[in-house]
Amino acid sequence: MTGLPWLSVLVFLPVAGALLLALLPAQRPLLVKQAAAVITLLDLLLAGMLWTAFDASSTAIQFVHQAPWVPPLKITYYLGVDGLSLPLVLLTALLGFLAVLVSWNINHRVKLYFALLLVLQTGVLGVFTALDFVLFFLFWEVELLPMYLLIAIWGSPPPLGRREYSAMKFLIYTILGSAFMLVGLLALYFSTGTFNLVDMARADLRNTAVPATLIFWLIFFAFAVKLPVFPFHTWLPDAHTDAPTAVSVILAGVLLKMGGYGMLRICVSLFPQVAYTWAPTLALLAVVNVLYGALVTLRQGDLKRLIAYSSVSHMGYVLLGIAALGEVGLTGAVLQMVTHGTITGLLFALVGLVYDKTHTRQIPELGGLAHRMPFIATVFMIAGLASLGLPTMSGFASEFLVFVGTFPVFGWYTLLGASGIVLTAGYILWMLERSFFRGPLARFDHVGDATLLERVPLVVLVATIMIVGLWPRAVTDVIRAGLQPILSRLG
Amino acid sequence: MELYLIFPELVLLLCALLVIFSDLLGARKEALAGLAVLGLLIAARLAMELVGPDKGGVAFAGAIVVDDFALIFKFLFLVSTLLVVLASVEYVERFEGVAGEYYAVLLLACVGMMLMASAQEFITLYLSLELTGISLYTLTGLLRDARSSEAGIKFLLLGAVSSAVLLYGIAVLFGLTGTTSLPQMAPAVASGFQENRLPLLLATALLMAGLGFKLATVPFQMWVPDVYEGAPTPVTAFLSVASKSAGFVVVLRVFHTALGRDPLAADWAAIFAGLSLASMTLGNVVAIQQGNIKRMMGYSSIAQAGYLLVGLAVVPQSGVSGVLFFLVSYTVTNLGAFIAIIALSDKLNSDRISDYAGVWQRAPFLASGLALCLLSLTGVPPTAGFFAKLFIFNVAVQQNLLWLVVAGVLNSVVSAYFYVGVIREMFLGAPVDRTPVAVAAPVALALFLAVAGTFILGVFPGPAMSVASAAAGSLVP
Repeated sequence: MTGLPWLSVLVFLPVAGALLLALLPAQRPLLVKQAAAVITLLDLLLAGMLWTAFDASSTAIQFVHQAPWVPPLKITYYLGVDGLSLPLVLLTALLGFLAVLVSWNINHRVKLYFALLLVLQTGVLGVFTALDFVLFFLFWEVELLPMYLLIAIWGSPPPLGRREYSAMKFLIYTILGSAFMLVGLLALYFSTGTFNLVDMARADLRNTAVPATLIFWLIFFAFAVKLPVFPFHTWLPDAHTDAPTAVSVILAGVLLKMGGYGMLRICVSLFPQVAYTWAPTLALLAVVNVLYGALVTLRQGDLKRLIAYSSVSHMGYVLLGIAALGEVGLTGAVLQMVTHGTITGLLFALVGLVYDKTHTRQIPELGGLAHRMPFIATVFMIAGLASLGLPTMSGFASEFLVFVGTFPVFGWYTLLGASGIVLTAGYILWMLERSFFRGPLARFDHVGDATLLERVPLVVLVATIMIVGLWPRAVTDVIRAGLQPILSRLG
Repeated sequence: MELYLIFPELVLLLCALLVIFSDLLGARKEALAGLAVLGLLIAARLAMELVGPDKGGVAFAGAIVVDDFALIFKFLFLVSTLLVVLASVEYVERFEGVAGEYYAVLLLACVGMMLMASAQEFITLYLSLELTGISLYTLTGLLRDARSSEAGIKFLLLGAVSSAVLLYGIAVLFGLTGTTSLPQMAPAVASGFQENRLPLLLATALLMAGLGFKLATVPFQMWVPDVYEGAPTPVTAFLSVASKSAGFVVVLRVFHTALGRDPLAADWAAIFAGLSLASMTLGNVVAIQQGNIKRMMGYSSIAQAGYLLVGLAVVPQSGVSGVLFFLVSYTVTNLGAFIAIIALSDKLNSDRISDYAGVWQRAPFLASGLALCLLSLTGVPPTAGFFAKLFIFNVAVQQNLLWLVVAGVLNSVVSAYFYVGVIREMFLGAPVDRTPVAVAAPVALALFLAVAGTFILGVFPGPAMSVASAAAGSLVP
């Protein structure tokens, strides 16, 4: 893997593809879709190559591409991956490709749609690979406008949804978060004289000009909005409910992970002391997230909103694992990000299919769909079981690690958090029963099952969930390598 | 003779006269625009000759100085004027026979501003300020309809009041120090008033009020919305960038050269910090409610002046470089936005934001250009506006002005709402009719240049930052 700066190619291939799409004739939507699929597939293959070439026995940052960028402010162009980011890079590339397949039935302003999807992918990949804070921030913001437009143009139109409202809410929440991140970023630069995240992590940040605790929380806020952490989560159900299917997949699958990743890469890596002091608070926030999210999920009647709120609950486990500040808990947190990405991505893809075929997402209006769409019902069940943490599925592995990692540190919080599993089982099984396993309804007599093209993403995601569930070490070994620098600073 | 130091200004003056004469002789409007562009290009070429070590200098007994700081502004004015001329080639149809005067007066305003950049003596400064001011009042009323005339009169009256206040300030300073030369004033100001700063503070306050009008900061912003709305759109564009930059060049020169030493400097820096907060907050909050895009851009320009003032709230050199880079970014960005607005309002025959619905389908080039510039004004990367804010806020953090930076970023969040609101209208709205909007080649070229500048400064801001720092070094060693 020498020669080209592969990581830069990986990150910028989608945006180059977006420019290519702009040149294609608008009258040939199929060509646009095929081109988008080819580009994202290439990106996925590239990410796969990086995964195989990655040396998991080393804790070093690999595939580094570094160059001066803005010398007056000492900003560098610095890309690299370690065990922390690589799984998320692969996840992003995978979901990016599947999102294109899921979008195959988009027929409204096709060129713009796929171009925005590709720009979005560059933004997310950039966030996971940037090791300069300004570059990180830049990629963090690149995602804004495509996401806004994707929700606002292709989302649920009124009276079904409030796409413009939801899109604007997403935008304002995220910009508010990044505004605080920008202040924190400048305060950090003032204290360390560098934007290089690796150097910053090595610097002594105990006696900064601006109090370290303040910087920590300024930056944490941006990630808390993204993860999302209660009470800054209210944009998420709205955005999910009104987003088109593929965008929901990306949003739940990778965008939320930017929050968890940022907390680890920046908050915990740079301020282990502050994180240590505030760990009980973080754990409390996490438990509130898990339980509040799960309780609200229980009373959702809209399939998509249900999955959205379940995300709030499940991302609470990520925060819980981070709060433990130990190897097992942190590994669990990162693994939970990956597994939640695949499981929830799958669930949203399924909800999209159900809606396409039945034209409703209201659970009370559904029922007995298993008779008409056995394949979708089966996969939905697998995804549901994975989501509630059934052993042999990936959800079990990650949540188990989180609980094992946090129990010695916060006994009661862990028990409370683990009780969220019971609630999860409740809403998942109840939802499955009401939607799929009742008597057949006459109005769905002509509803068909998933087509071959629609089955591809489902099968791929189920396979991923099973592989990680049966053999989590494939991922955890990589994650562990990435966590070593953080752990050594935590002492 | 040091006459070569003002060759660019002389060429422009000549060009303005040529435009008027050619107009009298019945030249076509396109030819007049071409003549103006030619003049601007020659002036820029001559100004290039003055760039470099040992090239500049002081002329006319210290009244005029050509340093890096002055030159960066001269180029800014030349580029602004050039883009505005290119952008108005279609719009001038509305001037009904005074197109020649329009180009000529625009050039005169540019001459005035370039002299303002070089003036380091109060009489020269005041004269160039008035040359600019009177040109701008004329341009504002040029449409000769009710709104435009009202805007012109309003601008003239308030401008006259502000000039008077400024003159008072100059008079007080002259009385206190016995000189009108800024560099000679500095030692007297620094040494003479250690015990009692009150007279000096009075003079400073009067200068701030008089110049605050040019900057369009709170509380001297009242004229902005009406004048911006009533003025011909290309003139609004010119006001929003060139006039604002001209205000800043004078403020920076006067405050840093003549009044730049502590404890006085700490006093005015604190006042500017307060004005900065007030301007950005008022500008952004009121801009949200605007339904007319020119009024919205007016309030937006008040808010942007607020961000710029952050650089004056910190005394040292880095503050000046922050302001300079911000002004460069703001100029290309805001011009880009306005060029798109000029082209659109000409074809849509409306300045209402709701009439921009679905413009993306009718004019994808204009809509994407405008969208990028609006994002830059919000401060979203990768655009010039992002690095402008990063640079200037960074300076403030280094000076422990964290509260002002927090206020600045929160204001950016507020501003996202109305800037993106326009983008929403263009991309999401349903167009009333779907006929494509044609864009004349010069307008398209001007927009392309501005948008490219916005993007390039957003991706490779390094060189421009270095230039800004060097220029700041020539003002504040």
